[in-house]
Amino acid sequence: MDEKVKKLSQVAVRFSGDSGDGMQLAGNIFSTISATVGNDICTFPDYPADIRAPQGSLTGVSGFQVHIGADKVLTPGDKCDVLVAMNPAALKTQYKYCSPQSVIIVDSDSFGENDLKKAQFATMNPFEEMNIKNEVISAPISSMCKESLKDSGLDFKAAMRCKNMFALGLVCWLFDRKLSLAEDMLKEKFAKKPEIAAANIKVLNDGYNYGHNTHSSVTTTYRVESTGAKEKGLYMDINGNKATSYGFIAAAEKAGLKLYLGSYPITPATDVLHELAKHKSLGVVTVQCEDEIAGCASAVGAAFAGALAITSTSGPGVCLKSEAMNLAVIAELPLVVLDVQRGGPSTGLPTKTEQGDLLQALYGRSGESPMPVIAAKSPTHCFDAAFDACKIAVEHMTPVVLLTDAFIANGSAAWKLPDLDKYPAIVPPYVKPEMAGKWTPFQRNPETGVRYWALPGTEGFMHRIGGLEKSNETGAISTEPENHNLMTKLRAEKVAKIVDYIPMQEVEGCKDDAELLVVGFGGTYGHLSDAVSHLNAAGKKVAHAHFEFINPLPKNTEEILRKYKKVVVAEQNLGQFASYLRSKFEGLKLYQFNEVKGQPFVTSELVDAFTKILED
Amino acid sequence: MADKVYTSQDYKSGQPRWCPGCGDHAFLASLHKAMAELGVAPHNIAVISGIGCSSRLPYYMNTYGMHTIHGRAAAISTGAKVVNPDLTIWQISGDGDGLAIGGNHFIHAVRRNIDLNMILLNNRIYGLTKGQYSPTSARGFVSKSSPYGTVEDPFRPAELCFGARGRFFARCAAVDAAGSVPVLVAAAKHKGASVVEVLQNCVIFNNGTHDAIATSEGRKKNAIYLEHGKPMLFGENNEFGLMQEGFGLKVVKIGENGITEKDILVHDAHCQDNTLQLKLALMEGPDFPIALGVIRDVEAPTYNDAVNEQVEEIKSKKPYHSLKELLLTNDTWEVK
Repeated sequence: MDEKVKKLSQVAVRFSGDSGDGMQLAGNIFSTISATVGNDICTFPDYPADIRAPQGSLTGVSGFQVHIGADKVLTPGDKCDVLVAMNPAALKTQYKYCSPQSVIIVDSDSFGENDLKKAQFATMNPFEEMNIKNEVISAPISSMCKESLKDSGLDFKAAMRCKNMFALGLVCWLFDRKLSLAEDMLKEKFAKKPEIAAANIKVLNDGYNYGHNTHSSVTTTYRVESTGAKEKGLYMDINGNKATSYGFIAAAEKAGLKLYLGSYPITPATDVLHELAKHKSLGVVTVQCEDEIAGCASAVGAAFAGALAITSTSGPGVCLKSEAMNLAVIAELPLVVLDVQRGGPSTGLPTKTEQGDLLQALYGRSGESPMPVIAAKSPTHCFDAAFDACKIAVEHMTPVVLLTDAFIANGSAAWKLPDLDKYPAIVPPYVKPEMAGKWTPFQRNPETGVRYWALPGTEGFMHRIGGLEKSNETGAISTEPENHNLMTKLRAEKVAKIVDYIPMQEVEGCKDDAELLVVGFGGTYGHLSDAVSHLNAAGKKVAHAHFEFINPLPKNTEEILRKYKKVVVAEQNLGQFASYLRSKFEGLKLYQFNEVKGQPFVTSELVDAFTKILED
Repeated sequence: MADKVYTSQDYKSGQPRWCPGCGDHAFLASLHKAMAELGVAPHNIAVISGIGCSSRLPYYMNTYGMHTIHGRAAAISTGAKVVNPDLTIWQISGDGDGLAIGGNHFIHAVRRNIDLNMILLNNRIYGLTKGQYSPTSARGFVSKSSPYGTVEDPFRPAELCFGARGRFFARCAAVDAAGSVPVLVAAAKHKGASVVEVLQNCVIFNNGTHDAIATSEGRKKNAIYLEHGKPMLFGENNEFGLMQEGFGLKVVKIGENGITEKDILVHDAHCQDNTLQLKLALMEGPDFPIALGVIRDVEAPTYNDAVNEQVEEIKSKKPYHSLKELLLTNDTWEVK
């Protein structure tokens, strides 16, 4: 058979269907088996916001895009090369992610009159109606799935739950992926239900064979080889929320502290609670509290009692926690507040991504409330960012805000398992026994400005702290004007001095001779980096500085910002980081690129926008 | 530690700054005495309070302490107790702090049965903010924020506590040291959330709110000291008693209508069913005496024990105990 085979350096596949169609699982398996053969991966689950939209409706479509590459991939891809649409609603809502060259796979069985009506098509030919000219593989997935399982003993409903595997099998054929890895994953997933595992595996193989037998002669198949450029080692596919959880665990181990999480369920942060709740065998204590306030307040109590205390939430939760966060500011206790940002204000777009909480993290509290702010750059970087946040909190006796966002929290990438021995120690500034008798609660290390930590249960260090201003000298309540002035400054200086303990800001791309510097922070790293690479490849002199440490900013920030002729700050809000930078460095002229659509940036749009600025 | 004998003095620090005559002074003295009787070393105690007059109390204790933010003492104490179950935690709140702004934390700490000694100093007024009605002020109460009287019913702390499945509820009058110390000792000895309502006078903004039981004569007449296993007798010469009538209670006089002490109810604080205990806790004058003492004291698993037992159980069941081991439980692949 003369197959048409096309070699590609990277390819994006988007699985889409009804919420119940198992698209996330199909996508996950495909990305993991691709990663296993050496491809780099970046995934983006795009959940519907509806609780349970009616079957087949437009609002109930669940998508999962995976970008696989021979070499490094930094984003899930602007467009997909293959779209799997399990029903008309998926086709209608997801077609916008297709390019003219994209191949579309549909389940022809689910394109009946009723299905089309549910997806608000006016005619019986959705392709004509949408003016779709792409190559379409129209496969009777449902009926073949039913046929495939007719002897399995599964009832119709259970059999239909396997149709995602038929689609996956078809995609595996299209990309020449071996099924054995997928089979192993299914066996493990359904270890307690071997009959379900067997059914899924059978349908998977039938899907693969269907592609091979029916479409080989007409359809192009693809190969994404591995360049072998990936660093040697053991890898796993990890999303940001899991990486964040692991970072907290790593920090607790390094600090020799019990890990405490006080939390309240909130999208898109809840998976951190789920993840940490699983790891009691590592001594992790999680309390699902009565509300957001208690999540934070209990963490402050846990910190007082000597734990590495975390509270996890999203923007609306931070609003509720701010008073308790301030208690940690004035009592100078270590605390990490994780804000997995989502679209706001208010309930906003709970399942969608945004960077709108930056100023809230920096300033959203009463009084002078200095707080370090750290932003994770990618799903895998969440591990390091969480570790850094904990290290700063503990060693500098301060609450720290760790910002991630829905995109990197849910998105995943291949992660090289860290060599934990290479991570730095975390040393809590405990009181020393010889201090007993002379010690007062706000006695500070002269170098760092950090007070010493006396844990309840320690003889000779009984003390009272709290929300009221205290005397720097005695630790007793004080309303002395000079003392408050001094304490306010000391708290600010303590946070400012952290600059000596964070790395210098790095610049990527044409760092020596760029005409334009692209500045970003947090979860937009992949897209901005991708856009800058495209521009560099096209001969444009562009550099990229992406910030993890936002308060304090790295020492060389001003130097970098003033070095380039043009600077653009690209962020998913209306210009919060830009205005923060302007407030820090007088006279800074910044271009802005701002978008708040709840979706990740689109690389091609960034390239266009930056090109315009270059030409300006 | 067991050999060291502590006195009240060992638990004292600072100079209380409450108004002269405030009920908090008397309560503080009782708390110092109770701590000495319990003999827990000061460094193993944390006193955690919210905001309000009574919440200044940690500053007058020579223990670990945290004077926190309005309403959150129960939540903050929960975090501290879970990570360090060896600490004895006294949580100090007032009626506004504990039942208004902190009402949610109060009911959930009680429901979880976390081993805290939850002291509720109830003066039925906001004192620190200078005289607004509180969630325990009676309907019609005139205050700065209710110049024409409130139009809402108050919480009855016992009812709230029982509604949240409270396993320990006791009541004392702040000025009554002899009645307070044993109640505080019992609260500390009880494993789980122990709620103690302390009836406390605010001399400035709500003077006389607990007048009926402010003196020992008044308490003899208007209160009943409940003790587990003892008949429910009260009055100057224990001439009155409580009997059941239908689903309710009635006050009877011994010797009248042929009633003898044998007819009087015997207090059972350990009874799982809280029906009668609730009835006792809700008694009010002038028809009934106010119940003082330990009204309910029932054993149940504590949250802090359960959390830490689960950690130990899972530790023994799961084969991974470090992040290094945990990482390898994921689906991994090797790039060679």
